[in-house]
Parts: sequence; structure tokens; C-alpha cells
Amino acid sequence: MMAEICDHIMDIAINSITAVAKKIDIFIVQDKKQDILTVRVVDNGKGMTGEISEKVQDPFFSTKTSRKIGLGIPLFKGTAEHCGGDFYLKSKLGEGTEIFASFALSHPDLPPLGNLKDTILVLIISNPEVNFSFSYIINGKNFTLNTKEIKAQLGDVPISHPEVIKFIGQYLDENL
Amino acid sequence: MAKLTIEDLRKIKEKVHAETSLREGGWRVKVTVHMGTCGIVSGAREVMSALIKEIEEAGVTDVMVSTSGCMGLCSREPLVTVEVMEQEPIKYEYMNPNKMRQVFKRHILQGEVQTPFVLAKGAEIIK
Repeated sequence: MMAEICDHIMDIAINSITAVAKKIDIFIVQDKKQDILTVRVVDNGKGMTGEISEKVQDPFFSTKTSRKIGLGIPLFKGTAEHCGGDFYLKSKLGEGTEIFASFALSHPDLPPLGNLKDTILVLIISNPEVNFSFSYIINGKNFTLNTKEIKAQLGDVPISHPEVIKFIGQYLDENL
Repeated sequence: MAKLTIEDLRKIKEKVHAETSLREGGWRVKVTVHMGTCGIVSGAREVMSALIKEIEEAGVTDVMVSTSGCMGLCSREPLVTVEVMEQEPIKYEYMNPNKMRQVFKRHILQGEVQTPFVLAKGAEIIK
């Protein structure tokens, strides 16, 4: 189990980036009344075959060549199942991957959502070539951020320019 | 103060254009924070956040930040690779936000390698 749900989100997003995704959509829904937290990450990376999609859920399997273990997905799945939720992974070779996890908000072992602001900031600043879209719905209140829109406004100014980092930081502070 | 909107970025664009002529795609330093599962659980995100904050505060435009996956040295995470153009990359081990700030100020800005934190010199070769 990771310290924060945001760590899992970061981890899954890095998987997408490793799978050369150019578009990563992250949806987080938190609903106190229905006692549920859901996280869904959809990418247009290279995808996996059905066999590999099954195997990556095993901690003793990894597609990376540096090590034979891969804990990211098993940990995420484990946390969801332990915390009264569900998990699924859908992937199609050449099209992309979708990962979904839900959790019971009231479960005593559920890690806190964590630092969403830094998670978003780190992902978008360090991967300027990827288009991220974040949707965070908390008790009906909706926040969305799409880096494609940001880049359209910026033109030739890079998203990692210090002035832009400052702006996005303030924007996230105001809206999250 | 009125709430910020994405359209406000246009003002930033104009300001940046007025103040500086943009470099032609060249970076002086590339910093990679290793963000495999192992890196993340050891605090790589906090390290990267500290780095981004330093870049914002120093106002530097020639430092590029990037993420990478696990390179197999999980026990030495968080790992950070600093690559100054035309120099061998330096890998720092057991990083934390404070060490990252020191590496930013001394190595990235002033070119002084922070030997006590160094794991190795050179690029990794993963077969």
C-alpha cells in the first residue's frame, strides 16, 4: 500500500508515459454520500495483449528489463480490493490502456488522497509532450484541467517556463 | 482578486515575449527524476516538486525536467540524473527535497558536482 492515492495515480501515469502515450486522461470522483472514491486513468499508449494485461497484475511479472518484479499495478489493485472497492484493467494492443480502481471512502485503511496539486504539476511540467486531462469531482463539485488548452494559449512559450509553472501552481491552489 | 482562468495565460505569453527572446529549443541542463514505483514510494515526487519550485523561484528557462522509470537500483531511490550539456551525466542517490535544492543551486546553476550524494557518473545501459 502506498502512502497516498496520488502516489498510485503518479505511478500509473508513469506507466502510461513509458508506454509512449501522447494523451493521458485522469478521472477522480469522490462522493461522500455514496461512500466511494474512484480513480480512472485512460491512455493512448501502445497497449497490451490480453495475456500481458493479466500478467501485469502479478507482482512477479514486469515488462521492464531491469528487474523481474513489478509492484505498481498489484499494489494499486491490492489497495482497492482491501479497501472495499473494485479494480479492472482493460487494454488493447496498439490502442491504449484503461485502469480503474474504486475504494470505500469510509474504510479505515484507505490512504488519504494526498497532494493532488503537486502530482498534477509534476506530471505536466516534466512531460510537456504529453496531453494530460484531469477531472476531479468532489461531492458534485467539478474541476477540470486540460494541458492541450493550456498549450494552445501559450503558443511557443513552453509549459515548463517558470512564469507558467507559477501560474499553474496558483491556478491549482485556487481550484482544488 | 479575480479568479485565475486559463485565458490569463495569454498575458503570460505576451509578458514572456516582451521580456526575452525564446531560445531555439536548446536546453543547458536536463534533470531526470526516476519515478518508477520504487522511486515514488521513496519520495521522488517530493524531490521533483522541490526541483520545480526552485526552477520557478530562480526563473531559469534553460533547465529541462523529465521523468523516467525504474532502472533497477530500487534500494538507492530516489535517484536523480543531472545532465549538463556536453558533460557526462551525474546520478545522485538517496535524494530528498533538501539535497535536491542543494544540487540545483550548486550543480545545476553553478556547475559544482555535489560529490557526497553521487552514485555514479555516466549513463545506465539497460539490456
